[in-house]
Amino acid sequence: MNNALAVPGTVVLLGGTSDIGLAIVGQLVARGTRTVVLAGRDQPALQHSGDRFGDAKVHLVGYDTTDDQAHTRTVDEISAMVGDIDLAICAVGVLGDQQDLARDPVATSHLLRTNFVGPAASLIAVAERMRTQGHGRMIVLSSVAGERVRAENYVYGASKAGLDGFAMGLGDALADSGVDVLVVRPGFVRTRMTVGREPAPFATNAEEVAAATIRGLERGQDIVWAPGILRWVMAVLRHLPRALFRRLSS
Amino acid sequence: MAGTVLRGWGRAASSASRIVGPPRDGAAPPHHARGVIGRGAARSYGDAAQNAGGLVVDMTGRGRIDRIDLQTGRARVEAGLTLDELLRAIIPHGWFLPVTPGTRMITVGGAIAADVHGKNHLADGSIRRHLTGFTLLLADGSRRWVTPADGDVFAATLGGMGLTGLVVDAELELRPISTARMRTSTRTTADLDDTLAALSDSGATYRVASLDLMSRDRRLGRAIVDTGEHASVDDLDPAAARDPLHYDPPRRLDVPDVFPSGLLNRATARAFTAALFARAPRAHRIDIVDVASFFFPLDAIGHWNHVYGPRGFVQYQFAIPLGQEWALHRIAGRLAAARCPTFVVVLKRLGPGAGMLSFPIDGWTLAVDTPAGVAGLSALLDSCDETVCEAGGRIYLAKDGRLRADRMSTMYPDLEAWREVRTRLDPDGRWRSDLGRRLGLCTPWD
Repeated sequence: MNNALAVPGTVVLLGGTSDIGLAIVGQLVARGTRTVVLAGRDQPALQHSGDRFGDAKVHLVGYDTTDDQAHTRTVDEISAMVGDIDLAICAVGVLGDQQDLARDPVATSHLLRTNFVGPAASLIAVAERMRTQGHGRMIVLSSVAGERVRAENYVYGASKAGLDGFAMGLGDALADSGVDVLVVRPGFVRTRMTVGREPAPFATNAEEVAAATIRGLERGQDIVWAPGILRWVMAVLRHLPRALFRRLSS
Repeated sequence: MAGTVLRGWGRAASSASRIVGPPRDGAAPPHHARGVIGRGAARSYGDAAQNAGGLVVDMTGRGRIDRIDLQTGRARVEAGLTLDELLRAIIPHGWFLPVTPGTRMITVGGAIAADVHGKNHLADGSIRRHLTGFTLLLADGSRRWVTPADGDVFAATLGGMGLTGLVVDAELELRPISTARMRTSTRTTADLDDTLAALSDSGATYRVASLDLMSRDRRLGRAIVDTGEHASVDDLDPAAARDPLHYDPPRRLDVPDVFPSGLLNRATARAFTAALFARAPRAHRIDIVDVASFFFPLDAIGHWNHVYGPRGFVQYQFAIPLGQEWALHRIAGRLAAARCPTFVVVLKRLGPGAGMLSFPIDGWTLAVDTPAGVAGLSALLDSCDETVCEAGGRIYLAKDGRLRADRMSTMYPDLEAWREVRTRLDPDGRWRSDLGRRLGLCTPWD
């Protein structure tokens, strides 16, 4: 169960090696979460990720988001392992190299399946399970990149725009089912995924995003911006005339 | 599943369950893979009366008074009857409840499931001491009349939060009164030690203190201490003495659900506390007040929980044994240092308790209301739990929505014995609740 102060007993991280996802799990374990499930493809990396949660019982599950048949199977497997899924964090995603993506339909298709199609299908499977449970929460890691898609990373941005819209709609569809969805929109986060890239303004780190996310859980929010100021920055950017936006973002 | 989102009085933990009516006479409890739990007036603060994904038996329709013997003061009632309804029926005849919690808006079944206590616990114990018996609907569909002589079934059900079976009806022994008034004495204390002394030294049947946890100086723990006895006809003025058992508690204003979360914060908590103490009498003041305003001051305002906004609030209530007063000082100091906004803060003296998951122990109990959205609250209350454990105390399950499961066996040393009784009565684990799942009380069927 999620307790009255938003601490889940059991948390599942889809994308079990994500820096932000692991930071959220770490802060939840510090608050009393007892059971952690890390789901992902790279078992040694999952093993390594799980080592940090000394106070909790950690389970590792193989999961490939691009496998259509894997979603329900993975959720069933996790349920059989730990019982109710109190909180599921969807942190699956890759950044991709826009230079390559712009010329390669296969790579573009793969990125969209990894960042949008797969996670959306997984969220459907999780939502089905949580509806039956009568309770549960989902955290979906979106990005400000999806709020207004820029030329610089439009494939990644579009994947996040799709996932963000999907998650918001899912949250609305789940109203009054005891299940809710929290969409997290970080800005530039210094993680392994962004190593070697020039930080954008208002850059943050995984622990800060995690803290903001948990604050959002506690407050029952359905959107968290990290850092919070990006809500206002994006409110402006979103409505800029296209010519101006193009010049600013190039 | 298509269900209804249910919350406790604190509104901070929610889940969806399917609500069903009480089973007919002779029928077994409804069956569901995710179990079933009884729900009365929904005044538990946390997640005790909800069952995510499963069934919830709404008992509020089963509130008949079967029989009241006006000579002996024995009342046989259905479990869905509220104490409010019972009081309206018995007070005009010169009877009162032997034990009442701070609200009369709970059901008799809920009172048994939580083994409720009142301001007179030191003198009169909890509700268990005044029950002659109750009918328990067991998981296998049998109905058993359980009396105090039944040993562990009685002990496991009082305070068992509905996880041993469903209380269907009960018989309790009432307390005779000659008026519907209380003779009260009120004074203000200077600090926490003074408050503890005032509660200890009073010889009164009913004793309670409203604490100041917002001051961070010497006044931390000062309190308005109220003590009381049932008034005799001689205490009343001639007008009131003409109808000494007149009982007509004020019509309740209903607070609409329009308040934002965060309205109750540090600033309003401080103002509230200051106002409370500004109008409190310094020295002893003797009053004659009606029973409702002495026992149930908050019941005059319907749905006062709405003031906390949709995010809700938690009530942190713990007990510590006599001799461990350091723990009260430490927790009061910690809450004040963290600038936790606290509103209703109630300290009471408890007498010895009995039973497996019953809350009262010979010592003290402190209850603190605070908004659920306060930053850092989870860690703050966890650290308070640690102190409670260290002092040999426990958390009140009827109020709880956040305790960690791994603290249960420390706080409730009889937990294993309770589990054995539950396993015997409900081998398939059919009675289940969110609270039970969260605290590992339903294992291995969590």
